[in-house]
Amino acid sequence: MDTGDTAWMLIATALVLFMTPGLAFFYGGMVRSKNVLGMLMQNIFAMGLLAVLWALVAFSLAFGDFGNGGWIGNLDFVGLKNVGQGVTLGALQLTIPVVLFAAYQMTFAVITPALITGASADRLKFSAYATFIGVWLVVVYAPVAHWVFAGGWLAKMGALDFAGGAVVHINAGAAALALVLVLGKRKNWPNEPMHPHSLPLTVLGTGILWFGWFGFNAGSALAANGVAAQALMNTFLAASAAMLGWLLVERIKGGHATTLGAASGAVAGLVAITPCAGFVGGLSPIVIGAIAGGLCMLACSLKFKFGFDDSLDVIGVHLIGGLAGSILLGVFADTAVNKAGFDGLALGGGTSLLVDQIVASAVTLAFSFTVSFVLAKIIDMAIGLRVTPEDEEEGLDTSLHAETAYALSGRIG
Amino acid sequence: MKLVTAVVKPFKLDEVKEALKDAGIQGMTISEVQGFGRQRGHTEVYRGAEYTVDFVPKVKVEVVADEADVDRIIDAIVAAARTDKIGDGKVWVSEVDRVVRIRTGEMGVDAV
Repeated sequence: MDTGDTAWMLIATALVLFMTPGLAFFYGGMVRSKNVLGMLMQNIFAMGLLAVLWALVAFSLAFGDFGNGGWIGNLDFVGLKNVGQGVTLGALQLTIPVVLFAAYQMTFAVITPALITGASADRLKFSAYATFIGVWLVVVYAPVAHWVFAGGWLAKMGALDFAGGAVVHINAGAAALALVLVLGKRKNWPNEPMHPHSLPLTVLGTGILWFGWFGFNAGSALAANGVAAQALMNTFLAASAAMLGWLLVERIKGGHATTLGAASGAVAGLVAITPCAGFVGGLSPIVIGAIAGGLCMLACSLKFKFGFDDSLDVIGVHLIGGLAGSILLGVFADTAVNKAGFDGLALGGGTSLLVDQIVASAVTLAFSFTVSFVLAKIIDMAIGLRVTPEDEEEGLDTSLHAETAYALSGRIG
Repeated sequence: MKLVTAVVKPFKLDEVKEALKDAGIQGMTISEVQGFGRQRGHTEVYRGAEYTVDFVPKVKVEVVADEADVDRIIDAIVAAARTDKIGDGKVWVSEVDRVVRIRTGEMGVDAV
């Protein structure tokens, strides 16, 4: 065991966990004030339910039988059996305690399903939400994490994903698309304007996400080393460049550089650099970020074109940003940065990695979309996905949770 | 007894307040309100999608006064709140039947 690595990973785990409340505020600010608690609750609840499910079963399904080149792990670590202070997890040799590795991965398992909440905002029943993310963690997240992070078939094929471009962002984005197609549009969307109720909350959430993302990406080195440092720098630069890219496109298209645009651009950059973080260097993160920022800004108009109500643009930002990052990794990957990687197209490595990246992205998208669609349909038939039109009109805060976010006349009474 | 009600641009509130104080007015009630007149609303842009917002934020100022002071009050508000641009707001005057000062029970002009 390496104490330096362990110290860093303890901190990185806390950093990544902090992203989920950050995401709650990022999304919470964008919904109408009658639904803000509904949004915060869905995210905070993910920290409850998914952590417990992870320890009970999902960790074992994702990381059991490490390096088997297959589709799923096994049941060796169910209930955290054999997950202790040792450094060996099957074929995986770590420098940190296995229990810390499981905790670190648990934070990923919490935030990935939580990302979906932005798409289904303002109309998804709480019981349906809890069922969806709980089952989704086991039947979608665990296998995809196994394919990529646990030496499963995509990793064996040669596809790279440093911190979860496919596992986290393409996965959650594709599930979001499937879920909103089954769930349907919000009442009166897009005719009735549904403005963000508090962009200050959204900007606060962006800051927390950006801060936590250093743990997400640099922590994915699983060590306090040079690759972690490079991943941190890449994460920073990609977010910054993506903010500029988004604002530039926004300014050219609409004439205004907006606060929401700056926040969204930064998140798009963080998404895109996630698969690349420990595999690229130099100015590549700036190029990747700038492309992702501009592209995701344009992608946010797709929902109006095709008529699916992805309320807070999970598809526009996470699916498109995840695809951009995963595919651009095939161009910019550099073995001088990380010997465990491959050289991309721009570094003289040919098209081999690029093809693997496209295959890994497409398979993840197709698998997540299909299983999520079926899962959403089953839940819809069994217990119903949507709140009643009256509850939707009233807002989720009072109709689902019997609470109000803002007591505007707090001093009265 | 009259109630003078003014709806003005929020950033003009301080100037209106000072002008009323200079005109010898003892008190006022203000509230944040939203609405539209000929100015109509405005356009906001979120992630490239444009939305029309009908209701514009304004501040409502209410002053209860003796009839003899009403012209002075209106003049003070109009002079302070005017920017000559659309959306400056309105002032109107309505009749007040009775006024009571809660602490002393004074009635009418004495209670203002």
